[in-house]
Amino acid sequence: MFVRLSATVAALSLVASAALAQGAKPTDPQIAHIAYTAGVIDIAAAKQAETKASSKDVKAFAADMVRDHEAVNKQALDLVKKLKVTPEDNDTSKTLSKQAADKLAELGKLSGAAYDKAYVANEVAYHKAVNGALETLLIPSASNAELKSLLQTGLKIFQGHQQHAEHVAADLK
Amino acid sequence: MRTGRYVAAVTALVFGAMAVPAQAATIEIVMENLVVSPAEASARVGDTVEWINRDVFAHTATARNGDFDVTMPPKKTVTSVLKKAGTIEYYCRFHPNMKAVLNVAP
Repeated sequence: MFVRLSATVAALSLVASAALAQGAKPTDPQIAHIAYTAGVIDIAAAKQAETKASSKDVKAFAADMVRDHEAVNKQALDLVKKLKVTPEDNDTSKTLSKQAADKLAELGKLSGAAYDKAYVANEVAYHKAVNGALETLLIPSASNAELKSLLQTGLKIFQGHQQHAEHVAADLK
Repeated sequence: MRTGRYVAAVTALVFGAMAVPAQAATIEIVMENLVVSPAEASARVGDTVEWINRDVFAHTATARNGDFDVTMPPKKTVTSVLKKAGTIEYYCRFHPNMKAVLNVAP
């Protein structure tokens, strides 16, 4: 499990560093797509947790994730509509979605305390990876000021989620 | 005569009111873009705090010492009355990176 977990995280940071190395900055329509996809992934994981988790704290955390990520994604949709930008699918989004689907299937096989622990550990790692990508790649690459500002708010929200997930993880035995 | 008495009564009322300690105040604490402002606020026991949430996310003001735990739905203002004195550190349970301090004088 840890190997898989670090593989996902490594992939995300690779995505960021590879793009930086090539100087191939994602465009705003691609950034919007990546950010939206990252939210959708976390919502799907949280919805699975709402049905599978046994700990009350883990269930509550999952509900918080659904609520916040849906709110961020709604803002993102409102913004792209306003800016008349069509989010553009890209390799980063595809890689993220593929890995997330694998992770969801893997978590789906677990149950009880093992599931709770694995879900929360993945939430910590996933938010950390997304925050890294936001800080090093997505925010610096965004050219539209409003998109950049939404990503910055997103970064603060996700940093909050990472800390929240770390607290929940610490409380799980 | 009548008027005189009336004035005296009113005067007594006014001065009486002035003798009462300062009225409880209302202080505003705003949560916007995941930042609490002011980061450090001062108030007195009996004061009302207006917790103004300008974000589309729910937040909480949760005292580390357990003195209060207020939940603010998105884009809503919630009020609470300060009951205990002290230097109270509080944070948002949903986004623990949001932190601030409230100094409550007796």
